[in-house]
Amino acid sequence: MTSLLTFTPWPAVSAAILLILLVAALYFARDTAHQAIQAAAAALAHGLRVASHSVTHAQQRLAARNREVLLAAGREAKERIVEREFARVADTVRKDLSGYPDLHRRLSESIQRIEEDQQRAVEVPPEVPGWAEAVKVVAELDARNAGAEILADIHKSMVKAHAEAMDDYRKSSAERHALLRRMMPDWRLIQQTLGRVNKSVESVIGRSQAIDRHMQEYEAIVRAEDRAVAVLSSSSIVYFFVSALVLAVATAGTAVNFTLIARPMAEMVGGTNYIGTWRTADIAALVIIMVEISMGLFLMESLRITRLFPVIGALSDKMRVRMMITTFMILLLMASIEAGLAYMREVLLLDEMATNALLRGDAAGSLVNAHLWITTAAQMGMGFVLPFALVFVAIPLETFVHSLRTVVGLVGIALLQSLALLLRLLGNASRHLGGIARRLYDLPLFVPLWIETRMRAAGNQAAIATGSVARKSWKEART
Amino acid sequence: MKCRLLMLGAALALAACAPSPPRNTGVYLLVDTSGSYNRQVKKAEQITLYALTRLQSSDSIAVARIDTGSFTERDIIAKATFDDRPSTANQQKRAFASHVEKFIDESAPAAYTDITGGLLQAIEFLNEKHTARKEILILSDMKEELAKGYVRDIPLDFKGFDVVALNVTKLRTDNFDPRQYLARLDEWRARVEKGGGHWRVVNDLDRLDELL
Repeated sequence: MTSLLTFTPWPAVSAAILLILLVAALYFARDTAHQAIQAAAAALAHGLRVASHSVTHAQQRLAARNREVLLAAGREAKERIVEREFARVADTVRKDLSGYPDLHRRLSESIQRIEEDQQRAVEVPPEVPGWAEAVKVVAELDARNAGAEILADIHKSMVKAHAEAMDDYRKSSAERHALLRRMMPDWRLIQQTLGRVNKSVESVIGRSQAIDRHMQEYEAIVRAEDRAVAVLSSSSIVYFFVSALVLAVATAGTAVNFTLIARPMAEMVGGTNYIGTWRTADIAALVIIMVEISMGLFLMESLRITRLFPVIGALSDKMRVRMMITTFMILLLMASIEAGLAYMREVLLLDEMATNALLRGDAAGSLVNAHLWITTAAQMGMGFVLPFALVFVAIPLETFVHSLRTVVGLVGIALLQSLALLLRLLGNASRHLGGIARRLYDLPLFVPLWIETRMRAAGNQAAIATGSVARKSWKEART
Repeated sequence: MKCRLLMLGAALALAACAPSPPRNTGVYLLVDTSGSYNRQVKKAEQITLYALTRLQSSDSIAVARIDTGSFTERDIIAKATFDDRPSTANQQKRAFASHVEKFIDESAPAAYTDITGGLLQAIEFLNEKHTARKEILILSDMKEELAKGYVRDIPLDFKGFDVVALNVTKLRTDNFDPRQYLARLDEWRARVEKGGGHWRVVNDLDRLDELL
């Protein structure tokens, strides 16, 4: 650098000459440099714009795909719900209508009995005694003593007849009341039967309304309406977070389970063997837990609670029941093994504590707490229960897997949108940067550019002056 | 692409199944039984018990005495490689502790102090055990006194070894001239480091947690 300044005896002069030469070179190369900067900026902006368009297309394709997936999942879920509702309706109808002939017969019999009893219970008015007219005639007779005796006899007979009539009346009333009382159970039976029928009918109506609502939603999904997609999308996100939360809880349960069995596993497979960087005992404990979770998955599949494996769902009922029993038995075996290992853990822990206390010379450390059986029992209980609790992981896992697809799609769409926006911004920025670069290029050339502007202005003025003289001479020539 | 993935999977599986490097620890405790140090021998039990609490399954331990001629298996008082089942390892630890206790109760003072011979024996023992970590603990005043005819001017290979001098007591002459004590320790440090080992001195036995 310093040698450049030595081509004249005065470095300042050398620097000035170099500066002038540099400015001159930049000035003469100005047009080319401007074109190059513009071309580079335009190429970059174009490339970024093309990339942005490409990313936008990818995002649109992903959105379309995600929409399809969402609609397919929603359709499948609705089909399952509607299918289940129909099954419930079928159950209700089968349960109630299968007994309908019997119900009808019982109702008819009851009604017939009631009719018969009602006919028999009709009140018969007591007969009017035929004596009244005779008594009247006798009473009007003008015979003193004979009439009185006759009347006394008649009175006596009438009293007797009245008593008999009253007895008959009471008897017939009692019979009628007995008949009416006998009708009561029949009435109650009819009422209860009709109540049950009413309940069943209401249940069927309720189910049919639910089916109707689900069918409307299903039709909206089939028509691929935006509203249906929005509902499915938000549901999917909610399911994702809820299932992730439950899976996190299940993972914590798995960790507890692992802690319970990892230590005693060292007794079985050795405590110092390694596979890679993992202790074999830890791997064995993990394998046991994973097998339990797998068995839980198969059990849930066999019960048709989850549908992660279509092959299991498509098995015949007989095979499914067999599979159910097998997986349950394996789970029971595993749970029993875990309970045993949990007990073994406590025994080993006590042994180690006693050894360490002995080595430390700590006599108090080797004493065994009298209530230690509580923790031992709790550990064994946890060892037995946790494998069964982990069975239910299958449900949130299925939801998580299904919703994960949609959520990943949504995240991908958001990322692609952001990337497209960023690329567009960069494209615009590069175009503007090209303009700024041209201005910056011109900055050290302000002197020659100023001279050029002045010279151009002077040239323009001269041209205008020449033009006016020429016009004037032409006018003179015309005149 | 599928082929590459398969190859990658196979490579990972092979890597997982490859024998893993050893992770166990080997401890060799040399106990000076010479006349000048015999009173300190009881501390060997404390160190042994501490080491036993820290050692795990598959670790190895040996306790040997330093006497007139220490380069012999007969000077090994107790040795054990713990089983990889923790319960069996605990039983071995208890048996080892009682063995060492018995030795300390019956220990007799030796006329000379062959530290180099003990170190050679320790190197041989731990190298045979192929332990990942090798610790030689020396409970001694580090004053070597050889009987006539014993040649110990030989280089020692301490590569991969940690040599820890424990409870290095000061001799009466050290009190007159402390330079003797410092020179003694420097000499051993130089010898261990020249052999490629790592040298430490722990005089406070309440700070044994720095060991192992």
